[in-house]
Amino acid sequence: MTMAPPSAPASVRQAVERTLARHGAVPHRLVQMLRELQAELGWLPRDVLAQLAHALQRSQADVEGVASFYRFFHTQPVGEYRLLFSDNITDRMLGNQALLERLCLRLHVRPGQTRHDGRVSVTTTSCTGLGDQGPALLVNHHQVVTRLDEARVDEIARLIEARVPATEWPAEWQQVADNIRRPGPLLGESLAPGSALASAVARGPRLTLEEVEASGLRGRGGAGFSTGLKWALCRDAPGEQHIVVCNADEGEPGTFKDRVLLTRHADLVFEGMTVAAWAIGARQGFLYLRGEYRYLLESLEAVLARRREQRLLGANILGQAGFDFDIEIHLGAGAYVCGEESALIESLEGQRGTPRIRPPFPVEHGYLGHPTTVNNVETFCAAAHILAKGGAWWAAMGTRKSSGSKIHSISGDCTRPGLYEYPFGTPVAQMLEDCGASDTQAVQVGGPSGTTLSAMEFGRRIAFEDVPTAGALMVFNRSRDMFEVARNFAHFFAHESCGFCTPCRVGTELVVRQLDKLAAGRGSRMDVEQLQQLDVLMHATTHCGLGAAACNPLRDTIAKFRPAYERRLTSLHFVPGFDLDAELADARILTGRTDTHAHLPQTDDPAWHP
Amino acid sequence: MTRYTNSSQPATTFSLDGEEVPFTPGDTVLQAAHRVGRYIPHLCWHPGMHPHGSCRLCSIKVNGRPAAACTALASAGLQVENQTPAMQAQRKALLQMLFVEGNHFCPSCERSGNCLLQATASHHEMEGPHFEEFYPARPVDASHPDVLLDHNRCILCGLCVRASQAQDGKDVFAIAGHGIEAHLVVNSPSGKLGDSALSVDDSAAQICPVGALLPKRRGFETPIGERRYDRHSVADAHTQEATAQGHEEDPT
Ligand SMILES: Cc1cc2nc3c(=O)[nH]c(=O)nc-3n(C[C@H](O)[C@H](O)[C@H](O)COP(=O)(O)O)c2cc1C
Ligand code: SF4
Ligand code: SF4
Ligand code: FES
Repeated sequence: MTMAPPSAPASVRQAVERTLARHGAVPHRLVQMLRELQAELGWLPRDVLAQLAHALQRSQADVEGVASFYRFFHTQPVGEYRLLFSDNITDRMLGNQALLERLCLRLHVRPGQTRHDGRVSVTTTSCTGLGDQGPALLVNHHQVVTRLDEARVDEIARLIEARVPATEWPAEWQQVADNIRRPGPLLGESLAPGSALASAVARGPRLTLEEVEASGLRGRGGAGFSTGLKWALCRDAPGEQHIVVCNADEGEPGTFKDRVLLTRHADLVFEGMTVAAWAIGARQGFLYLRGEYRYLLESLEAVLARRREQRLLGANILGQAGFDFDIEIHLGAGAYVCGEESALIESLEGQRGTPRIRPPFPVEHGYLGHPTTVNNVETFCAAAHILAKGGAWWAAMGTRKSSGSKIHSISGDCTRPGLYEYPFGTPVAQMLEDCGASDTQAVQVGGPSGTTLSAMEFGRRIAFEDVPTAGALMVFNRSRDMFEVARNFAHFFAHESCGFCTPCRVGTELVVRQLDKLAAGRGSRMDVEQLQQLDVLMHATTHCGLGAAACNPLRDTIAKFRPAYERRLTSLHFVPGFDLDAELADARILTGRTDTHAHLPQTDDPAWHP
Repeated sequence: MTRYTNSSQPATTFSLDGEEVPFTPGDTVLQAAHRVGRYIPHLCWHPGMHPHGSCRLCSIKVNGRPAAACTALASAGLQVENQTPAMQAQRKALLQMLFVEGNHFCPSCERSGNCLLQATASHHEMEGPHFEEFYPARPVDASHPDVLLDHNRCILCGLCVRASQAQDGKDVFAIAGHGIEAHLVVNSPSGKLGDSALSVDDSAAQICPVGALLPKRRGFETPIGERRYDRHSVADAHTQEATAQGHEEDPT
């Protein structure tokens, strides 16, 4: 039995007991327990963390360390209504900032603060994966509101004042459109549940793996590692158990393809995972679902339940003796770095999402030390299709080094944002034409971690051998300021750094401060040079891919859109980041002085050198 | 692997800045180099402790590709670049980052002269912070009768966390928060060091490479000028680890 500090009310202690019971008091289920408790209690009081720590035989500091890692967990009281505006650059282009201000004004609350009566807090979060129907809002880490406008914002304020639960807000606000604009083999017609699996079972595990290898399929999560090889390495790694993990963290700003696959083709995702389990001999699988997609949980659970009834999950799948496999859904809690596969595994184990030291790689030593294959949602969909239609069919599409078709989430300055599926090798120009982009200045391929292309490069092709991508394509027309694009991305990386290693923890913060200084008109050429040095340093020294990629947009925009930076430089030489005169503001208030002698000119002010 | 090799007998060698360094299978580059007295800068690594890979001071190039020496496994014939001008410049920038992130007023710090961060910075000829300082407002925890915890100087190397867990069996520390807000927390009902199980004799209380965890009432026991890095260069063989309880052993 667990003891709770006497200060916790009995009802809270019971809530913790129930949660613990639901999870069998298994220590590595901590993140799920925290999530459920917060949904029930609104926030995570210290007493609750202590009670959990005690029951799980983990130290209180350890539990506190986990709770304070995830952006969606609150260790201080927050509003009864917690509104998070998605703050990707595309949401900004759609006017999210003015809407946020309007909502705060209506509710008499300051951004980032909880209203004095504890009713509501309004702030921003990283991209919520709704770039094709923004500006978007997340309510209580559960409901989403898409296509915000002034009327919706005003109505939201009214509903909150009337204390109408978010679950009872108009259903049409919470509608999430799939926006499939150009279907291909993956987005088009689905397969009958079980058909890919039947073909895998008929082939046997070895030939199943060979089919995937023959397809040339490369992982769709960004790095493009050969899926067949990854599965083979995992299968061959010694271990009592093997694990299949589907990475549905989709945190890269501007990416929303996995959301649609999970909405429309959940069966196929689970089928691909089951095919992988058959090929590598796994009995346990996890779908790691980002916290922002919480609203998909019930429908996904329903698909899992149906597949169990259909004998496509569970014991003796499709009547095959010894083919036992089941899938559990784990919810994330707002941490982009948990998309990195080893951080994801840490999170599955109830830890802070800090990327692990490699080697060993997850295929040898993953979840609880078991050999684990982590693949993207789209990768599993492709694998299911490959088993149904053959590796040669897939290999016939795309280019020599990048087989098959790829889904792109297109957003930004175009008339038809949404999902487009193309074979690898498609030029960017064609994609721009198809989505109705005009007067395009730049595209960001693969999200902030990817590549910024200028108009001169639109003839380049999307493929691992030319422009690789994790699936996002954000379009910027000539009215956009590419400096502000880079600055938004810099803030994203600083906000999402796990803080483990020096170059990323401090570097992302330095980059933000430097860009904010330029934005405030206090920059010099020296600042731009320092930014370039930070890019080189971080690229070479960070512990994981987040820090290594954090300066990519900066490097590309400085190289390709230099005037956007030059315009902001006040001097070729050093300009201090602080304003001497502004520093005296408090003194002026205290002394009640407003005369000119109470002001200090800046050194570059002509008045300084009379 | 070890089945075929006598672990006290170096199997073979890799090249560190052109000199051959013997290693035992399972060694990291840093472990092997340290054993023979070759200096690769490090802050979050300590002999006998599991590698962390967080400070990145040990950044090297292995066969032309960037890696961390404390986590990269040694293997035969590797070409390791360590003391090249480019690597040294990188490390200096990392040190500057650590200095501006916290509040390191060396002249008024009791650890001055015994501080690995300070010594490493002076070895890298770091004369100024280069970046604009953050000057964070961080608390000092003076609640423990024998040990002071000054968060202003913590570099999040995690050595105290690992030492408390692995060597003291106490789990007194953990890292909390994220990004630039990451910070050390103490395991006790109040979160204060004074209410924790830490004893001044614990490894965790002694291992801090900076002046974040300091024994109390021993101020200036050794006068300035006679302290460890006043007398030895940080690059001298085993200077840093000589006095700590760290004994060379394979942490894996
Ligand atoms: C910071 C960071 C975030 C990542 N986020 C994701 C993600 O959201 N989804 C994903 O599939 N892969 C993500 N990855 C890549 C994964 O680490 C991993 O390579 C991928 O899930 C492997 O799947 P695949 O082989 O099917 O591509 C991320 C990597 C890094 C470094
Ligand atoms: S690079 Fe950044 S996110 Fe990755 S481990 Fe380092 S601090 Fe964490
Ligand atoms: S207190 Fe010292 S040993 Fe502990 S993490 Fe901070 S710097 Fe490292
Ligand atoms: S010593 Fe290798 S990263 Fe710190």
